[in-house]
Amino acid sequence: MTGVRVAGVGLTQFGRYPERTGRDLFAEAALAAREESGIPGDDIEEINYGNFMGALAERQGHQAPLMAEMVGVDCPATRYEEACASAGVAVREAVRSVRSGENDVVLAGGCERMTNLSTAAVTEGLATAADELYEIRAGITFPGAYALMARAYFERFGGDREDLAHVAVKNHDNALPNEYAQFHRAITVDEVLDAPMVSDPVGLLDACPVTDGASALLLVSDEYAKAHGLDAPVSITGTGQGGDNLALQDREDLAVTPATERAASEAYEDAGRDPGDVDVVEVHDCFTIAEVLALEGLGFYDAGEAVGAARRGETTAEGERSVNLSGGLKAKGHPVGATGGSQIAEMTRLLRGDHPNSDHVADATVGLTHNAGGTVASAVVHVLEVDR
Amino acid sequence: MTDAGHDEWLDAVGDGDGYYLRCPAGHGSLPPRRVCPHCGSPDLDRRELPATGTVKTFTVCYVGGPDFEDEEPYATAIADFGDVRLTGVVRGVDPEDVSVGQVVEPAVGTNCTTGDHLLVLRSR
Ligand SMILES: [Zn+2]
Repeated sequence: MTGVRVAGVGLTQFGRYPERTGRDLFAEAALAAREESGIPGDDIEEINYGNFMGALAERQGHQAPLMAEMVGVDCPATRYEEACASAGVAVREAVRSVRSGENDVVLAGGCERMTNLSTAAVTEGLATAADELYEIRAGITFPGAYALMARAYFERFGGDREDLAHVAVKNHDNALPNEYAQFHRAITVDEVLDAPMVSDPVGLLDACPVTDGASALLLVSDEYAKAHGLDAPVSITGTGQGGDNLALQDREDLAVTPATERAASEAYEDAGRDPGDVDVVEVHDCFTIAEVLALEGLGFYDAGEAVGAARRGETTAEGERSVNLSGGLKAKGHPVGATGGSQIAEMTRLLRGDHPNSDHVADATVGLTHNAGGTVASAVVHVLEVDR
Repeated sequence: MTDAGHDEWLDAVGDGDGYYLRCPAGHGSLPPRRVCPHCGSPDLDRRELPATGTVKTFTVCYVGGPDFEDEEPYATAIADFGDVRLTGVVRGVDPEDVSVGQVVEPAVGTNCTTGDHLLVLRSR
């Protein structure tokens, strides 16, 4: 089985571009990845494209062949939809296709256009990641669902909104130097606690913003990288995916995320690594509680222990294991269908040493990315390693 | 929109004849199901839904979607009813007075914005 290398990454800045089409955003990211890799378009054998709500937001289904056209590549192109983990599964399937020997060069990533919709329409669109019969009809929004999980966590393990506020503060600090981040604004714990309540206990500053943006990666086989003399020191050495019941009411315990545990254990085994080997992490922090649930599901903390990690400084840029040096979904932004690819792009930059926050993890060799769909009814984990 | 399985179940709850589906291993679930979502067993029996449940977790939603804009702020809760849990809008109490452990009854109410029926967890 061949190894899989990241030959190039491309991102748009994440932010509000209500006037820009999704096709234009994805083309910008994909062409940037192509330029960085130096790979000619004719060598791209497949496009795996993540998108969640394009049919609602842009009245555009069947987006994948459109995206191939927009980046000037004539090859099979398929859209992957797994709510907020759409790009994560698109990348995972690209890894599997290169490993299988089927393809040597695959373009994977995703895009979401959201800010052209009203807040109400975005809330409604995102809620479709929940169970329509038993959750959406009962007034569940995306922040509402995470609020149910946050309260269940507090009830079971303790912790409070101030603990979670430190997650938001840390991730905003991390975003400050990141040119691709939506927010370049430091916030304080008091600002998080005093922000308007969205769905108690999730406040406005516990939540990721509404974001437009795109991500793209060029993944190649070891053999292709060698034959073409590519400078591609970062490999994807592990991939895993896990699932869970869609509706929260059908899960035994609302304070843990077994889909993440399943995805992580598969990815660790695949890479021959364990949580102790991981130097730097990008996790799916769509809400502050989500970062806590992720760190426990990934095995970095026992259940109930991660809620104070940011407050204790363990996961800050200066901490032992930095989490979300990109700024995370919280401050970098969360263009739903692009997020999983963006995490891997950021991790690649961090490990290569060309990310503005790379100095914080100068000796890092192993990175991990975690991308979750909905209320973690699906999760995708990747392990990345750099040649040193 | 009509949805076979779900609408029938909601009507039964409204008539005071609420039920859930139970597999031989004791897992509870709600229709429509062909198999148990926990163990895959095709042997699902209808059991009577307990008359009361307790709130397991809840949220007070200040910003809902367009279908709930006339409801804000509203409390949505997940409540334990023995083998099964239900998610519904809590009524009969001020949203800010909802608490974990509170006893609720399943009922059917009307969504003030859309006029559709919805599952209500009525405070006792
Ligand atoms: Zn069962």
